[in-house]
Amino acid sequence: AYKKFSELLPKEERENACSVRVPKSRILTLPELRANPFQHRICRVFSTSDDGDDSMSFEDFLDMLSVFSDSATSDVKSHYAFRIFDFDDDGTLDRKDLEKLVNCLTGQGEESQLSNVEMEQLIQNILEESDIDKDGTINLSEFQHVVSRSPDFARYRGLQR
Amino acid sequence: RNYQQDNIKYLSEWEQWKRTSSRSLKKVLNEVKELSSYLELWRHDIHSIEGKFGTGIQSYFSFLRFLVLLNFIIFILMFSFVTLPSIISKHGIFNSSLAKIPPKNIEPHCTVYKPSGNEGLVYFYTYLKDLLSGTGFLEVTSLFYGYYTIDAAWLSVLRYNLPLAYLLATFAYLALSLLWIIKRSVEGFKQNLVHDEDQFQSYCNKVFAGWDFCITDPNAARLKHRSLQYELQTDLEEERLKQKIADRTMKEKLRIYSLRIFINIIVIAVLSGCFYSIYRATVFSQENSNVSIRHDIRTDSIGAVQYLPSVVITLANFIAPQIFSFLITFEDYSPAFEIRLTLMRCVFVRLANIGVLLFSLWSQISYCATEECKACGYNYELYPCWESEVGQEMYKLMIFDFIIILAVTLFVDFPRKLLVTHCSCKPVQWCGLREFGISDNVLEIIYGQTICWIGTFFSPLLPAIATIKYFIIFYIKKISLIQTCKPAARPIRASSSNFFFLVVLLIGLVLAFIPLGISIAHIPSSKACGPFRSFNTSWAVVPHTILGFPTGLQQVLHGIASEAFAVPFFMVICLVMFYFIALAGAHKRVVEQLREQLVMVRFDPLFCTPKV
Repeated sequence: AYKKFSELLPKEERENACSVRVPKSRILTLPELRANPFQHRICRVFSTSDDGDDSMSFEDFLDMLSVFSDSATSDVKSHYAFRIFDFDDDGTLDRKDLEKLVNCLTGQGEESQLSNVEMEQLIQNILEESDIDKDGTINLSEFQHVVSRSPDFARYRGLQR
Repeated sequence: RNYQQDNIKYLSEWEQWKRTSSRSLKKVLNEVKELSSYLELWRHDIHSIEGKFGTGIQSYFSFLRFLVLLNFIIFILMFSFVTLPSIISKHGIFNSSLAKIPPKNIEPHCTVYKPSGNEGLVYFYTYLKDLLSGTGFLEVTSLFYGYYTIDAAWLSVLRYNLPLAYLLATFAYLALSLLWIIKRSVEGFKQNLVHDEDQFQSYCNKVFAGWDFCITDPNAARLKHRSLQYELQTDLEEERLKQKIADRTMKEKLRIYSLRIFINIIVIAVLSGCFYSIYRATVFSQENSNVSIRHDIRTDSIGAVQYLPSVVITLANFIAPQIFSFLITFEDYSPAFEIRLTLMRCVFVRLANIGVLLFSLWSQISYCATEECKACGYNYELYPCWESEVGQEMYKLMIFDFIIILAVTLFVDFPRKLLVTHCSCKPVQWCGLREFGISDNVLEIIYGQTICWIGTFFSPLLPAIATIKYFIIFYIKKISLIQTCKPAARPIRASSSNFFFLVVLLIGLVLAFIPLGISIAHIPSSKACGPFRSFNTSWAVVPHTILGFPTGLQQVLHGIASEAFAVPFFMVICLVMFYFIALAGAHKRVVEQLREQLVMVRFDPLFCTPKV
């Protein structure tokens, strides 16, 4: 893991890689993140930088890899997944977050977005299936509940080393 | 690792040895598995296709590979049990010899068969003509039934019963195909059942856990985006349609049902039109070639007439699906059901066309006007060796099918690609590149495989031709896919497609049983050629052999074939079937109950805990 991290740094800074922060643009060149539609959210969630530029230190990098590895528990994974899907960082998944999530999944570009009617229907169905207290948003426990019954979740979270 | 090494010091020697040996055994097994996966044919090609075009198209190529292997095994079977002994005994290798026993109690005129093996001076193009239609010099080779006019063979000192071997090899390859297909489809069936039952939280599952985080290639990512979009859209549309169907009034229902009945009548009319034209074409082609034989004229214009049935079949196979996909838009079904129904109709057209061809051939062969003809049981004048004739028709169908696939790829796909890339006018761009139509291609190769199954009895080397044909088709389709096709706008799920292909293949196999059964058991075998000269029908060799067994064995076999055994056996099988159906029903009910319990659990704990 250390090797991977140091490869992202320019040559001069490799010796003191432990204390340097890697800018977001370099992180996004990692092969696993390159094709991922949630790349920006992942960087935002794992970055502990104070200036909000989403750069990651070595500890942040390790955090990210450990959450995505096979040995993380599903609680940890679902916790981080919730934070990644929460686009406005308000602690719940409301309609706007779900809309952005679906648009990320179907791809960028005009023809790959669902129509408004379809989007409404889809969000209605999702809320029906997972919103238990019927408040129109999905909070962390509802999310973890629904994801624990989902057969594909455990399979699909592994990042290859 | 340190912990393990420390542990080892405390274990006895016996334990240590057991542990190291099991570890090395696991390593060896893993390496063997890896090696055997390298031996798999075209593993790398299919992998790269999956990465670029998705799992639906990859399943088509895996299916093609399966057919190549199946045909190769069938060829090995027929070759080693039928062709090889014939060749050995005919050429006297290993001190072997053969015996041709002239059939007793048969009128002499039935046994006259003089195939012209192209002796003397012939034009070169007659060789080409013969190659394409299986007549002339090909007719006397081991390709066709007529070569195997051997009643008994002696390989060194063993007596080899060739007629029995021929029949048993036929049954063996049919049984082998059946078992192999069923084995493959069972895996797909299980997956299908499991997948269907998972309607519980399908939307949440797809949205929250839909993205595969292992994807690193942007092409694969694009594919995944598209397939996710398509899946979500289809699910939503199905739901909307279900709502619409539930909301239908009585008047609308009546209108829809009467429209559907009307369209089905049109479909039946189209089918009858196809069948009738095939029948007329076959009769016409046979009459024309027979006229020339009867008057001993060697006509040179045979080519088109010989191939007329194949041409008509190919045209019907091309036009009928277009008509069906046009008609189904009026019937107002859900999209998934629409696709399935159109496919079923196309499958039926293709397979029934072969059946009609064979039926018209048989009506020609068994048409008997004179007394002498009735004595032989078939039309001995025109068809002294009718099995070879049928074999030739199957051979022509197969060659023509192959030529059409080649021609379409060369003369339609590549020019289209050239047009689209170099000409930027509106209509050409609107046409665009061809999409790889999985179902059309699959039906094509299943059609070819059904011809191979039917034809192998009449032409034992046909599986070899089929193997080579599918081998070449793999590369043609792969090149055509990569160079001239654009990725599908509607990605299809692989597991359901696999199962569907195998089901259709199974239908083809079952449909191939029917003509073979009729030829073997019902139509009298030709008395002038072939291994079944001395028997009434081809099947008659089995009772004849059984009569040669010791009496005890004979009685056992008679007992098994009698009603006293068959009826109780049938009843036991019915009971077993009912048991399994009841078991499946019980399991389904348990699953429903568990599901309801899960829904209850959803609400219970959260009522008690305070809101977060």
